[in-house]
Amino acid sequence: MPRLCGNDRANGAGTGLMLIEARDVSVALGGAEVLSHVSVRLMAGEIVTILGPNGSGKSTLLRALLGIVPLTSGRVERVAGLRIGYVPQRLAIDASLPITVRRFLSLPHRAGDAEAAAALVRVGLDGLGQRQMAGLSGGQFQRVLLARALLNAPQLLVLDEPTQGLDQPGEAGFYRLIEEVRQETGAAILMVSHDLHVVMAASDRVICLNHHVCCEGTPHVVSNAPEYRALFGLGTQGALALYQHRHDHSHDAGTQNHQHNEHDHV
Amino acid sequence: MFDDFLLRAALAGVGLSLATGPLGSFVVWRRMAYFGDATAHAAILGVALALAFDLPIGLGTLAVALIMAVTVATLAARGWAVDTTLGVLAHAALALGLVAISFVHGVRTDLQAFLFGDILAVTKGDLAFIWGGAVLVLALLVWRWQGLLAATLNEDLAHASGVNPNRERLILTLALALVVAVALKVVGALLIAAMLIIPAAAARALSRTPEAMAGLAVVIGAVASLAGLAMSLWQDTPAGPSIVVAAAGIFVLAAGFGRMLRR
Repeated sequence: MPRLCGNDRANGAGTGLMLIEARDVSVALGGAEVLSHVSVRLMAGEIVTILGPNGSGKSTLLRALLGIVPLTSGRVERVAGLRIGYVPQRLAIDASLPITVRRFLSLPHRAGDAEAAAALVRVGLDGLGQRQMAGLSGGQFQRVLLARALLNAPQLLVLDEPTQGLDQPGEAGFYRLIEEVRQETGAAILMVSHDLHVVMAASDRVICLNHHVCCEGTPHVVSNAPEYRALFGLGTQGALALYQHRHDHSHDAGTQNHQHNEHDHV
Repeated sequence: MFDDFLLRAALAGVGLSLATGPLGSFVVWRRMAYFGDATAHAAILGVALALAFDLPIGLGTLAVALIMAVTVATLAARGWAVDTTLGVLAHAALALGLVAISFVHGVRTDLQAFLFGDILAVTKGDLAFIWGGAVLVLALLVWRWQGLLAATLNEDLAHASGVNPNRERLILTLALALVVAVALKVVGALLIAAMLIIPAAAARALSRTPEAMAGLAVVIGAVASLAGLAMSLWQDTPAGPSIVVAAAGIFVLAAGFGRMLRR
């Protein structure tokens, strides 16, 4: 059943089509240089994780790639017509704003009923369209964000610490869902994480960031790199196995569905 | 038919509600209450300048409210301590306006009309201005609705979907200045923010979607206008404050009813 690791990458991985690339990008926020000459390239179908300590510029790099923050130098290039699905770091909906899950999925681009229902089924929230966003659990909320990101059939999913605030089974379930989505759609995935334990096994490539790119490579190579150890310390050797272990032991209510449905997707 | 002052007053209140319902919803969602106050208070300064230079009151109000709204939006975007900045600007603008108006001869007696509105004295020309402005604001908000809502939920999310949050903020700023100019005659500078916030807050308790809340806020604003006018007529209370009192009453009822619904 575990089909998360290994080399049996589904459609698209390493097809050699460049999706998005940051070339020698620098970004300054409030006078301080947050990114310094960062170059990152993402190919179709790849899973790339950006790791770094707090305040290392991880989110800023994503936002620079998405065109949200202005660059002080360098440039970002994307393949023409690139469809990106974005899951932001935190989304606090003000209590004064009533909004159903279904309505949320139609912002800012209207989604058809069938499309929206299918996206909710895909993330395991079948039939929750009429629920208030404010009434969702943390795990459900993140799944709605993912469903919204999937609506325009993205070639690239960008996720900024998508499991912040989830418990460990919820986190493992969420990453499993992302992996499933990738297998089905072949979308490339670029995510930011501070939690190497859960993420690394699923990644083709890991980029360690601390205002500049410290090191880059396969999870295994990176976890043994001295630059990586300098950033995160030791004791991460067991991390690669940890994720697979969790895969079979999910206790999160939201992920139960996936356990049961899993064979249908294969 | 517009010869009856009471009918004109009622139409003025309903017209204003068309704009304050949806705009007030955004003010509530984005926590811009103080922002509304600062802009509304600046209207008094606009009145003083309009009187001093012999310009139409609506024009003076609109210009100064617009300058104030843009100033506040710019300062907020630059990361100024918003609460303090707005507090300083809101009260400074009001005080400056009151001082400035005292230099203009023959206005002192009318001051109350600008502070609390004079809806019973609405002329046909005022009515045209109110409805024109309100429909313009409504059209602006309906046109930009999806983008405005996306930017209100999350600026990064909006940006990644091709919506520029700065542009949406500017549209709200513009709409706010327009509403301030329109509402001055109806409820006065001191209570404009109340007409923005209270109907929207009352609608919140009974709504499941943003659109329902904005629509219901229009209805509540209109009902409060009519109820306030009725109260003013029968009890001889000041009309502007009576409208706000009626809105507050509806808010209390709606909050209680909403709580019952959720049980």
